[in-house]
Amino acid sequence: MSSDNHHSALTELGAELLEQSDVKVTRCYQCGKCTAGCPLAGEMDYPPSLVMRMLQTGRPELEEKVLRSFTIWVCLTCEMCFARCPMSIDIPKMMDQLRQKSLLEKKTNRKAKEIIAFHKSFLDSIRYTGRLYEIGLLADYKTRTLKILDDMDLALPMMKRGKLGIFPEMIKDRSGMASIFRKTNKKHKD
Amino acid sequence: MTLGFYPGCSLKGSSREYAESVLAVAKAFDITIEEIKDWNCCGATAAHNMNRELSFALPARILSLAEKQGLTEVVVPCAACYSRLTVTQYELAKDKELKDRISEVNGMEYKGSVTILNIIQMLDKYITPKLEGKVVKPFDHKVACYYGCLLVRPHEILKFDREEDPQSMDEVMLKAGATPIDWAFKTECCGAGLSISRTPSVGKLSGMIVGDAKDRGAEAIIVACPMCHSNLDMRRKEINKYLGEKVDIPVLYITQALGLAVGLDRKELGLNRHFVKVTV
Repeated sequence: MSSDNHHSALTELGAELLEQSDVKVTRCYQCGKCTAGCPLAGEMDYPPSLVMRMLQTGRPELEEKVLRSFTIWVCLTCEMCFARCPMSIDIPKMMDQLRQKSLLEKKTNRKAKEIIAFHKSFLDSIRYTGRLYEIGLLADYKTRTLKILDDMDLALPMMKRGKLGIFPEMIKDRSGMASIFRKTNKKHKD
Repeated sequence: MTLGFYPGCSLKGSSREYAESVLAVAKAFDITIEEIKDWNCCGATAAHNMNRELSFALPARILSLAEKQGLTEVVVPCAACYSRLTVTQYELAKDKELKDRISEVNGMEYKGSVTILNIIQMLDKYITPKLEGKVVKPFDHKVACYYGCLLVRPHEILKFDREEDPQSMDEVMLKAGATPIDWAFKTECCGAGLSISRTPSVGKLSGMIVGDAKDRGAEAIIVACPMCHSNLDMRRKEINKYLGEKVDIPVLYITQALGLAVGLDRKELGLNRHFVKVTV
């Protein structure tokens, strides 16, 4: 019965995380190993163990801060935190879910603008051709972020080495690909 | 024998030398490689960050195509693709409702019957046992085997090697005549998908990796992932800036190093395509 009691103590977000990511925030005992091993903890507004603590409190304003954080977007999903967690809490899976909730509720952190633009450009490339078209991805990303000059010094040496295809690789079943994107679309356009 | 092959997007573009070296090594050991027809991108980091359902649908389509083609074993040299395909197979095997939903989204039957091999598993199964006597030019250098993240984590799903201080690449390189070194950054992240959107962070993370390899006397860094390679090789300018010195240790795919050891041509292995000149 005690686990049921724990369950009922979860907030709506806590219950969602348990349901979809199998992460029970109350299991974390704040040892801090996730933060110690996280390669980008220093660039986060809240390191992973603090995110866990914020979610544990169940305070709506702290949950809100997590959804609006830079942390969830700069997380690399390198899986180090999960590997070292003594309670086997799948933090990377939880981060995926928090990112998607943040997108759906239009709460994305301003500092994550470029990271999100990159993901969108990446997915658009696949939507239309089925495979990643690297030049197209870069052009689309630059249009979204206006970072026109970044990495221009890489393009020419890459071409010289045959590392950048001029034309996209197109799969045959592009209508099938479009249909997959349509059916999985969760209405967060931009 | 015939082995299914999922190259993934990087191996057709910025990391084509990885594909070239995989195919050259396979040929040298009489393995016929059969590419999955009309394969799509696995979705990579973008899909699982942005859309859970899509992140399963894309890899499931690839696996369905492989099943339809009658492939029972597929080698996936890119560590990131390997991770996405394996995670999808794991999640769909666990959750029938999800599996049915994804089959419906894709409009394709998905059985989950394909065996997925990462590059080291492929080498271990088909190549290293036949290596003895084939090594004509031992790769006689001190090497830092760099595993990165997705080849070994999460262990619960991949069940490959061990998460801390893995050994599988070191063992392959040992058989190729190299001396693998002990070092601290085997499984630290290179910065992966943030290479374009947060380049300075990648310069720092990759810089620490190259810096440790150098401090411990490595003459080459050996990798098994196109993202690790791109970051450690093409981002060397940012890495050197972070380190405050010019480090010219080359980064080789494990199949390139192995190819050299069995006497394959440098050009056939794509060694001319690197940013940091391969002097070993």
